[in-house]
Amino acid sequence: MKQIQHSGLQWVSNNSTLLLFAVAIALFGILSPAFLSFQNAFNILVQAAALGILATGMTFVLLTAGIDLSVGSIMFLAGVISGKMVVDGAPLWWAGLVVVVIGLEFGCLNALLIYRLKVIPFIVTLATFYVGRGLGLFISDTRAINLPESFLTLGSGKVLGIPLPVILLFFVITLAHLVLTRTTFGKHIYAVGHDPEKARKAGISVNRILLGVYVICGFCAALGGLVAIAQLGAVSPTFGLQSEFMAIAAAILGGVSLFGGRGNVFPGTLIGVLLIQTIQNGLVMVNADPYLYPLITAAVIFLVVGIDSLQNQRREKAKRLGLK
Amino acid sequence: MLLRMRNIHKVFGKVSVLNGVDLQLERGQLLGLVGENGAGKSTLMNILGGLFVPTEGTMTLDENLFAPTSPNEALQAGIAFVHQELNLFPNLSVMENLFISGFPKKRFLGLSLIDQKSAREKAKELLSIVGLNVSEKVKVGQLTAAQQQLLEITKILSRSPRIIIFDEPTTSLTRHEAEKLFQLIERLQSEGIGIIYISHNLEDVMSLADEIMVLRDGNCVRQENQNAFTLPKLIKDMVGRDLETYFPQRDVTPLREKCLEVSQVGAEVVHDVSFSIRKKEVLGLYGLVGAGRSEMARLLYGLDVMQKGTIHWNGQKIQQPSPEKWVQEGVAFLTENRREEGLMIQQSIARNIQLAGLPNYTTPLQTVRFRDLDSDVEQQARANKIKYNNLKDQSVATLSGGNQQKTVLAKWLMIAPKLLILDEPTKGIDIGARHDIYSLVNDLVKKGSSILLISSEIEELIGLCDRILVMGEGRIRDEFHKAAFDRSAILEAALHGKENQTLAT
Repeated sequence: MKQIQHSGLQWVSNNSTLLLFAVAIALFGILSPAFLSFQNAFNILVQAAALGILATGMTFVLLTAGIDLSVGSIMFLAGVISGKMVVDGAPLWWAGLVVVVIGLEFGCLNALLIYRLKVIPFIVTLATFYVGRGLGLFISDTRAINLPESFLTLGSGKVLGIPLPVILLFFVITLAHLVLTRTTFGKHIYAVGHDPEKARKAGISVNRILLGVYVICGFCAALGGLVAIAQLGAVSPTFGLQSEFMAIAAAILGGVSLFGGRGNVFPGTLIGVLLIQTIQNGLVMVNADPYLYPLITAAVIFLVVGIDSLQNQRREKAKRLGLK
Repeated sequence: MLLRMRNIHKVFGKVSVLNGVDLQLERGQLLGLVGENGAGKSTLMNILGGLFVPTEGTMTLDENLFAPTSPNEALQAGIAFVHQELNLFPNLSVMENLFISGFPKKRFLGLSLIDQKSAREKAKELLSIVGLNVSEKVKVGQLTAAQQQLLEITKILSRSPRIIIFDEPTTSLTRHEAEKLFQLIERLQSEGIGIIYISHNLEDVMSLADEIMVLRDGNCVRQENQNAFTLPKLIKDMVGRDLETYFPQRDVTPLREKCLEVSQVGAEVVHDVSFSIRKKEVLGLYGLVGAGRSEMARLLYGLDVMQKGTIHWNGQKIQQPSPEKWVQEGVAFLTENRREEGLMIQQSIARNIQLAGLPNYTTPLQTVRFRDLDSDVEQQARANKIKYNNLKDQSVATLSGGNQQKTVLAKWLMIAPKLLILDEPTKGIDIGARHDIYSLVNDLVKKGSSILLISSEIEELIGLCDRILVMGEGRIRDEFHKAAFDRSAILEAALHGKENQTLAT
């Protein structure tokens, strides 16, 4: 009997995000029938694209027990520079390329500082967070940049009836899933995340893995930023603020552990992203007070992370007692 | 001759760890390597494994000169280690663990992907060789300790080793699982692989080994055919030396009055443990690794949650023990891992010593009387014979293990503890520093304190204790009083109890 109870609880805690997802859909569905429409579901997916791409990159970093706080700043800086370029008449593809290069460079910078200077990721990316934000504000004179129509096609364009952002999201997640599950690099990420010392003993170059994940995260930040500004049509001085936290929250809701080595992009992080976006969308649909949004997001995070922490404690204890 | 180590010396700084050790291993032979902690076993094996370069001496492998300069080089030459702590990733699958250092690959759309199919087939093949009956898809964290160990061996076998070193392979295994491991080892022997088997479980060594080598203080006491040994003789070879020279005399008899009474304490791996400590008594706690000694001490000190049982301190019941309460009561706990749990490793020696006694130097306004504190810290550091250059600026990370341990001890002596719990206080510490620590313990007892000494070294317990408790599988198995101390009886109680337990289940 105790065993059954135990495994029941286990199931609930293992699938807490999915359960929350179901509860959220049911609740908003009852409060606002329009929420359940196909069109709205599609909207959620479109709105989730930018966050999804960011969170995918963040997942790579979190899997190595790292963190990247500079994501929002990379988005902002990339947005400002590309926005200025396009306003000044540069071709779109050229601006897009510059955006991607900025993302890659920031990723490189983060990784190098982390393993060369042996400074913890939190501090390093906190510094680059200010670097990115500061440069962006400097270049834009802290003024919003309105983008020309041509830029918006990226946000609203469709291929075979599917919006471009959704296609991009699908592409990024598929590729990330493939890398994490089917490549040596992916498996090494999990190994490093579990224990870098053991990984080193197994002949894995830990520095190379770290470089890889931060570059991927930087790249995803730039790409996600591109999608977001193309949807918004402008780069405001607050663009990208707190995006890193949204990305971290999404990944954690999707079961990625902050302690590294546990979690996945698909279905994990994707579900986390959709959950956050669904709640935000639902709150709009039921005309909730906008000031409530952050509080409800906070409640969801507390719930899921609390459950994760309990699980982790149990695992730790079992490990100490069992394998000693 | 598969392996020959000749006249191996190893000196670390000024401490000589190995003084001219010879070792021979034939193809298909199992050499049992025994000796106390600190006898030089791991240093010798680390030299073989390429982690250390010997100060003097040579090795030959298959009659060729062998001088590895890195673990990788030794691995390439066919020397494999099965460490006590396995190098597995519980968050990855069995198959992924097997190939983590080199997956079979294929190209797909220009990407270099893991060839799942051939990896799975190879994994299945390897698993069937060792008889590990698990799916290659299962996460390693879900395997039992025994299965994980088999997996580690599987990983090693895929590199076709010539020599496998087993370091305490049975500590986390049940008796039944250990027997299965022994069968596998026998099979490896029959394939011509040389085995070096390190264990404190001497009965296992006696039954498995073709030859046994006894190390003591960095010297090879002897390497002989297994038939030449009996268990008591083996134990005597391991610990046999004039104890009085290492253990300072203490002319103190324990008082009748008890200071600590523990009754029926239990949690996950500790079962109904009851005992008491008298004032001015040194109580020893012996047991094999995994016997539950440290776990019991952690419960007692409130580092883990006690599920049942009661604790009385000077006749008063302690509700929910916590380190904070114990420190206030004058009870100190020197934990097993000094680097992780005993020290703020990057901070200065003085900062570390101050830590526990700081409240005693605090004025009502919560400021610290630094002048008194500084002079007392210095006095304590000197009393503990810590060798330092600068008390206030030098970080403890720069000290040797012995001096680090003396620093931890100094921290606790600053509160003049009425009861001091010591968990493996001399682990990895050289003879000189040990002697200093023993003297400090004796001085403390003379001043009226009591000691609970947890140790894996029987010799140390016999030399210091008034009474010794033996633990096994989370229970107290036996009790010895000073008059009846007997090395082999104590060791047997630790081993034998385990034996009985498994027969019963």
